[in-house]
Amino acid sequence: MTEPLSFEKSRRSAEGPRLPDADVTAPEPSEVLAPEMLRANPPGLPRLSEPEIMRHYSRLASMNYSISEQFYPLGSCTMKYNPVVNEAAAVLPGFADLHPYQDEATVQGALELMWRLERALCAVVGVERVTLQPAAGAHGEWTALMMIQAYHHSRGDARTEVLVPDSAHGTNPASAALSGFHVVEVKSGADGRISLADLESKLSPQVAALMLTNPNTLGLFEREILDIAEMVHATGAMLYYDGANLNAFMGICRPGDMGFDAVHMNLHKTFTTPHGGGGPGAGPVGVKADLVPFLPTPTVERTDGHLKLDFKRPQSIGRVRSFYGNFGMLVRAYAYIVAMGGDGLAQASRDAVLSANYLRKQVEDDLDMPHEGPCMHEFVASAHNLAPQGVRALDVAKALLDRDFYAPTIYFPLVVPEAIMVEPTETESKDTLDAFAAAIKEIVAEAKSNPQALHDAPRNLPVGRLDEVAAARRINAYLQGQAEDPVLRWKPAEK
Amino acid sequence: MLAAIGVESMDDLLLDIPSSLRIKTLELPAGLSEHETMSQISSLAARNRVFPDRLTFRGGGVYRRFIPAAVAAVTSKPEFYTAYTPYQPEASQGTLQAIFEFQTLIAELTDLDVANASLYDGATAVAEAAMMAHIHTGRKEIVVSGYLHPEYVEVLRAFSDGRGLKVRKGTEPGPKTAAVIFQQPDFLGLLVDARTLTENAHAAGALAVACVDPISLAVLAPPGQYGADIAVGEGQQLGLSPSYGGPHVGFISCRKELVRRLPGRLIGTAYDKEGRRGFNLALAAREQHIRREKATSNICTNHSLCALAASVYMTYMGPDGLRQVAEVGFKRAHALAARLAALPGWEPAFPDRQFLNEFPMRVPKGPAVVRKLARKGILGPLDVHRWFRELKGVLTFTCTEVNDPRALDELVAALES
Repeated sequence: MTEPLSFEKSRRSAEGPRLPDADVTAPEPSEVLAPEMLRANPPGLPRLSEPEIMRHYSRLASMNYSISEQFYPLGSCTMKYNPVVNEAAAVLPGFADLHPYQDEATVQGALELMWRLERALCAVVGVERVTLQPAAGAHGEWTALMMIQAYHHSRGDARTEVLVPDSAHGTNPASAALSGFHVVEVKSGADGRISLADLESKLSPQVAALMLTNPNTLGLFEREILDIAEMVHATGAMLYYDGANLNAFMGICRPGDMGFDAVHMNLHKTFTTPHGGGGPGAGPVGVKADLVPFLPTPTVERTDGHLKLDFKRPQSIGRVRSFYGNFGMLVRAYAYIVAMGGDGLAQASRDAVLSANYLRKQVEDDLDMPHEGPCMHEFVASAHNLAPQGVRALDVAKALLDRDFYAPTIYFPLVVPEAIMVEPTETESKDTLDAFAAAIKEIVAEAKSNPQALHDAPRNLPVGRLDEVAAARRINAYLQGQAEDPVLRWKPAEK
Repeated sequence: MLAAIGVESMDDLLLDIPSSLRIKTLELPAGLSEHETMSQISSLAARNRVFPDRLTFRGGGVYRRFIPAAVAAVTSKPEFYTAYTPYQPEASQGTLQAIFEFQTLIAELTDLDVANASLYDGATAVAEAAMMAHIHTGRKEIVVSGYLHPEYVEVLRAFSDGRGLKVRKGTEPGPKTAAVIFQQPDFLGLLVDARTLTENAHAAGALAVACVDPISLAVLAPPGQYGADIAVGEGQQLGLSPSYGGPHVGFISCRKELVRRLPGRLIGTAYDKEGRRGFNLALAAREQHIRREKATSNICTNHSLCALAASVYMTYMGPDGLRQVAEVGFKRAHALAARLAALPGWEPAFPDRQFLNEFPMRVPKGPAVVRKLARKGILGPLDVHRWFRELKGVLTFTCTEVNDPRALDELVAALES
């Protein structure tokens, strides 16, 4: 089943909605503004009735997998259940209807919530302060690197390099490059952990920071983290923590204690704010004392129970987005933390680690396991063992979609060929994990008996595999003026 | 489960963590029941003062508008709000098609060739546009013309610092200028001569970046009509609540020649073996998970759910509805401006300039006026002196379709009292 575009369903006869009239004595825009200031042709928005619109979006909704219906074993993405109470909290009029430029005295509850959330996140990751402003994880990474750069500059130290492990998330090098740093890669050793020898050889007085996630993207805890921290700090560099994998150890250990100076968190991963089909998220950044002066403005300060926004921070890197961050997401994350409590968060992480190790065990005979266990909250398997049958990680992923599971993260981290990265999270019951393991077994068996069936997957979804190469060719043809179809948008035939 | 794994205790799974790093407890209060959770959060919400939408005359980038019930009915569908980023297109066609429609709606509204899947907010959209212009022209200076939203300028400066760009306020682009950025209507609500600004930018070999109010484009000339290269803006007015500043949604669209420089996600059509049309992430080679440090931008997500809300809003309104709300705001603001100008000592701050639905007045004792209105339950105008020293006593008022004529009467009566 596919659904036509709203533009294709548009009917000229559909009247617009009933809206208030101006009901005041005033001129029309065309009586006041010069003709060249006015729009010549109305925008080509569709014309549909409300029932048509509601059906259109209901049909689109039915074409999505979502955490509300499917298991998302999506490594590195921490797809947990999004408690519905979070949503109820965020839409309270006392939050949703607040204007960002209301006077401080009228938004004490909002500021108190931000302050409490900051304190809670500080407790979870072991830092001094947290900025809630960044809108997403990558935005948080970049914010942290800008603070680290400002810190070095404040000491008259113009460091130019940032070290990034070869197993790192792609946003790490991108964020470093966009902060004006030269990116230097650090290799993983045979055990999947960062190579201390390689790190040693890359550290120099030019290095501003090492970006690291722990457990790393292979789901392995960097056992030598304290040595790594000492090596990095000995050269005057800072240690940055990519918080994508924070769900592994809440209440078990803390990045701040490991020696990390800056820590970003993804509220949409660890703290259950919904992914929304790709945002909005929130990517707060926690820092140790050395970096506090450089936090974005404004910060939330509390004295004698009164809360205020502090804009007077002379060493601040400035503002990284408008207003105070994705406030609505902050409310959701706060609701989650309040409901869970310290004990609940710690239990969540322990359950996540248990689930990952259990599932790893269930499929270890079916797929390659390039690294020794135990793992933390996720593990990386490899479909390399299916190569003789011509079956790839992509085929396994698509076959899982046909069996009503979302696919694991595939081809990441880059250091594992045919990687299949699985993160079950604490959300899933043993039954679900068993069902997933059974699906993997079935797919591996099918790889041997009927590999073509896997190449043809998915067959039970609105569309089969889409030809990306042909799509890219069509886009090129459009961009080079050789074709009319813009591919990246709908266009009316006669226009 | 432990037995299946082959360990005796949970702690056996955590042996890689040095014991010196293990903490005994997480220093946070114990968990609460749902009822207790909501009651604690509701009490925080109750400590905020909510002004009725009809008595809100404050804008400055975030506006109270009528939001059709259809918007929440769609965005609260768990199939949309609990879905992941659409990396598996076959299982994400709903999100992908909705965002493809969003791209088309924004391209139509701005009258430019292609729009992306959305950005975080208007401020980061401005910064991303500056980066595009820098990459495209190889130049390092960004000229900000007129009253661009002061927070957008701050974000632009922070982004520029990392990338070695210089931000200069002024009107005259030079040989080093990558982009001239202007806001239409500007932060004070005033209309600028977008065509001349665009022509001047082009004459200097720079790109013209128009930061626009999406609702205004139902009435005002869109960026494509006056030749701007990139349009950006904040989409909060398209069906999103103020929510103390976020989450909202940034948008960006551009001419065909610049499409490869667009940051963030792009959705395009693609076909399966049976010839069925679907939607998929396109031009992904620009993005960080492939390009890593060579990526166009580090943005790895968009504000998908907010873009969905904006799509529902625009589809619900259609061309006629959007024009209607734009005109109602225009007329009510003009009616209000005339009445305010009659108050003793009050005058338009820029009498020669035109506006749409937000306008600046110069008044005696601005801060006292705002305080007095708050005492009467009115969220009064925005005192812009906070950002601009030359604008002492200047307050900007906003009217939209939610400020009914009686609300205007109440505002004027409160000011006269």
